[in-house]
Amino acid sequence: MLRFLIRRTLGAAVILLIISALVFVLFYAAPRDPARIACGKVCTPETLALVKKNLGIDHSLPVQYWDWLKGLFVGRDYTSFGHCDAPCLGYSFQNREPVLATIEDRFPTTLSLALGSSVVFLIFGVGTGMLAAVKQGKALDKIASSASLIASSMQIFVIGVLATYLFVDQLHLLDRANYTPFTEDPGKWFTGLLVPWLVLSLIFTANYTRMTRSQMVESLSEDFVRTARAKGLSRRTVFFRFAWRGAMGPIITIFGLDLGQLLGGAIITEYTFSLQGIGALSVKAVSTNDLPVLLGVVLVAAAAIVIFNIIVDAVYALVDPRVRLA
Amino acid sequence: MSTPFLSLRDLKVHFSTEDGVVKAVDGLSFDLEKGKTLGIVGESGSGKSVTNMAILGLHDPRNTTMDGEILLDGKELIHASESELEKLRGNKMSMIFQDALASLSPYHTIGAQIAETYRKHTGVSKKEARARAIEMLRRVGIPQPDIRVDDYPHQFSGGMRQRAMIAMALVCDPELLIADEPTTALDVTVQAQIMDLLKDLQQEFGTAIIFITHDLGVIADIADDVLVMYGGRCVERGTKKQVLSAPDHPYTLGLLNSMPSLDGAVDVPLSPIPGSPPSLLNPPSGCRFHPRCGFTEKVTGGLCSTERPALEVAEGRGSACHLTADQKRDLFADFAATRHN
Repeated sequence: MLRFLIRRTLGAAVILLIISALVFVLFYAAPRDPARIACGKVCTPETLALVKKNLGIDHSLPVQYWDWLKGLFVGRDYTSFGHCDAPCLGYSFQNREPVLATIEDRFPTTLSLALGSSVVFLIFGVGTGMLAAVKQGKALDKIASSASLIASSMQIFVIGVLATYLFVDQLHLLDRANYTPFTEDPGKWFTGLLVPWLVLSLIFTANYTRMTRSQMVESLSEDFVRTARAKGLSRRTVFFRFAWRGAMGPIITIFGLDLGQLLGGAIITEYTFSLQGIGALSVKAVSTNDLPVLLGVVLVAAAAIVIFNIIVDAVYALVDPRVRLA
Repeated sequence: MSTPFLSLRDLKVHFSTEDGVVKAVDGLSFDLEKGKTLGIVGESGSGKSVTNMAILGLHDPRNTTMDGEILLDGKELIHASESELEKLRGNKMSMIFQDALASLSPYHTIGAQIAETYRKHTGVSKKEARARAIEMLRRVGIPQPDIRVDDYPHQFSGGMRQRAMIAMALVCDPELLIADEPTTALDVTVQAQIMDLLKDLQQEFGTAIIFITHDLGVIADIADDVLVMYGGRCVERGTKKQVLSAPDHPYTLGLLNSMPSLDGAVDVPLSPIPGSPPSLLNPPSGCRFHPRCGFTEKVTGGLCSTERPALEVAEGRGSACHLTADQKRDLFADFAATRHN
């Protein structure tokens, strides 16, 4: 287990390094010059050079990357902003805010959105999928299957607007989407995020329903499930202790990846509900050529996926004793 | 004569599928006494496994129709409720499956799987059930059972897994044991060990065993009586000796002829049965074996393709064929000549 963790953590570090380097290179491949934009309309070569120096982009690409990397581990000194403690992700080209603080500010929104909708789609998706598997071929199964097919072909920006119009504006059942930190007011946090959770989880619920159903149906036809029945165990025991156990692995795998991805920001959902999370931040960073912010969010998103991959593998080994961690 | 321990009367198991009704078992009757072994032989799809799954009530009621009578120790099983069956399964009657690796749960230890069955039917404590599991593993010849009890099936060898499977099936001292091709996936030496183990356990506990196989050599080793199935019906039955050395049905003859004999001449080619097993969705008319039978023209009036031959049983011996006894004596004579000289 320890060897597995060390090996995978090192692997993850290498992946993140490669990703950050790629972002660096791709960023400079873009035709727009961030210094030029920051410099404004009246821009003499002297001011441009000054802006470049201030932004810390007055060196060659490898040197800049090296500076950025060094900043991550030992901190960095800027002429205009002063010292930036490690882990330093630099300052935004746009508003001169420290990137780390911006991400720390935005991340709770994304985290709340991801965790809340995960709870919703896990309960409803897996639950409905299991029900459909039990009632295979019956009306309930058919309804669940068709409903999930329809739901999974929906678009968040459409349902999001519709749901807000219907449940918030017309029926006044739910609160308009807004983010209140959990630590500030758990009640408001919950009601403010309920609509985004439901909307974001709808497509996931549909996919998890279909996945759980097919995994359960497959698992229920396994020989060892038949053996469990032949031993005289009740249907309930057979269903949960044997069939579900067999179906769990793939669902955990997909869930780990989905959660990792959600933690990198649910761009469309955040935009639809005007939530200021990592997703909205990354779109803004791209559209304004804000390299430090872009690097920061990409790093967070990639780290989330890589970390959840490791967690998935570890959990998989717990679920299935045939899997060995190495 | 006392009532037999297990008795099947005109059992029919039909599955409804999208293409129509599959008559997997179509009128099967047999009796089995305690302490005896019945070998059921037949090709894939002849209804062997379906019959035995029906005894345990393991078919999915949503697409299965069962008819006839299954009496276990006087108790009718076809119309028994699920909870009644749950009490019998693994307890009074149990089953060993062919592929032990696939049939044991990969997610639970061997010991847990054995103990679970015991606890379910006896309600003893976890500790007692574990002790029982270790004892069972020892009895089926697993070395170091107190250590191996915590292993998972994938950590066992093929033969050991089948032994564990047997330990699990026998943990509640069942009176009926159904072994569905338990040795097919094993190599010959392990196969022999498993057969010996089953024989020993049967002697010790007087278990009635139904042994399903397509291997006539295995039948010769373990069975008292033999039932040959074809296309969901019994075509021949009798004692092991009767069926194997004096077959009374062209299909049984075909099975025996397609098997190499150790003492026969080496250069005699094997004669497989032509054709393939019948579709049970749309079975052949009359005798289900007639499209593959070499003797149909000997029967007058083309009866083979129009009329189902009756299975006439006298003292446990009988076959379902339109050929007369005299015809069979002449036609099957070759067999006796090549087999026993």
